[in-house]
Amino acid sequence: MSHATIKEKAPAGAAGQRLTVRYFAWVREKVGRAEEAVEVPASIATVGDLVDWLAARGPEYQAAFARPGVVRAALDQVHVKPGASLAGAREIAFFPPVTGG
Amino acid sequence: MSVRVQREAFDTAAEVEALVAGRVDVGGVVTFTGLVRGEAGGRALSSLTLEHYPEMTEAELNRIEAEAQDRFGLAGSLVIHRYGELRPGDPIVLVVTLSPHRQAAFAAAEFLMDYLKSRAPFWKKESFADGTEAWVDARETDGAALARWGAPATQK
Repeated sequence: MSHATIKEKAPAGAAGQRLTVRYFAWVREKVGRAEEAVEVPASIATVGDLVDWLAARGPEYQAAFARPGVVRAALDQVHVKPGASLAGAREIAFFPPVTGG
Repeated sequence: MSVRVQREAFDTAAEVEALVAGRVDVGGVVTFTGLVRGEAGGRALSSLTLEHYPEMTEAELNRIEAEAQDRFGLAGSLVIHRYGELRPGDPIVLVVTLSPHRQAAFAAAEFLMDYLKSRAPFWKKESFADGTEAWVDARETDGAALARWGAPATQK
């Protein structure tokens, strides 16, 4: 019922955004999975909000996001900063700083 | 301009030959090949495994290559980046730049390497001869290398 209340308060279309979340390298190892589908509450507006929300889901997420500012993100395959809006996004990826080349 | 992400090794000479075949506008070709070193931090390496984000990798490499084209007016370029398990001495990455004059080709090759080290979604895991494993940490110097091109470094 609290869920219903949140939905009523949220702007139309913003409630329950469905996102595919992908994890790479040691972020994947700490979270313990490579990919999952999550229903993001309407109150989560930015990448940074999502990080805080995910980190509160359990000790494995907390461990993955423990070092502030270290984990990077890409929204729909484009690098983004923590302030980026999640609006309209379908996929978000979290990973350590890249080490290719 | 092209980008390839593959498990297999590459043949630098064959790639260069294909790029310049039939062309008379290319005055210089620069190639850079990155290889797996046999040690890291003084410890013997047995293998290096590269993980990547397949849906993003080619898109990001194409963005980086397009930026190089814009800046240096290249006559052509090629980036090949490998993933999977590699051994010491194996080639990891190939950058080829073609230009009417050498300066642009040299500069663009360096620019492409600096950019892909800081932007392309690859992660290296080192497996040591003693059986331990460790993810490679991003080097501060890679961000600094990017900054000298007047670009915003990747997010802090």
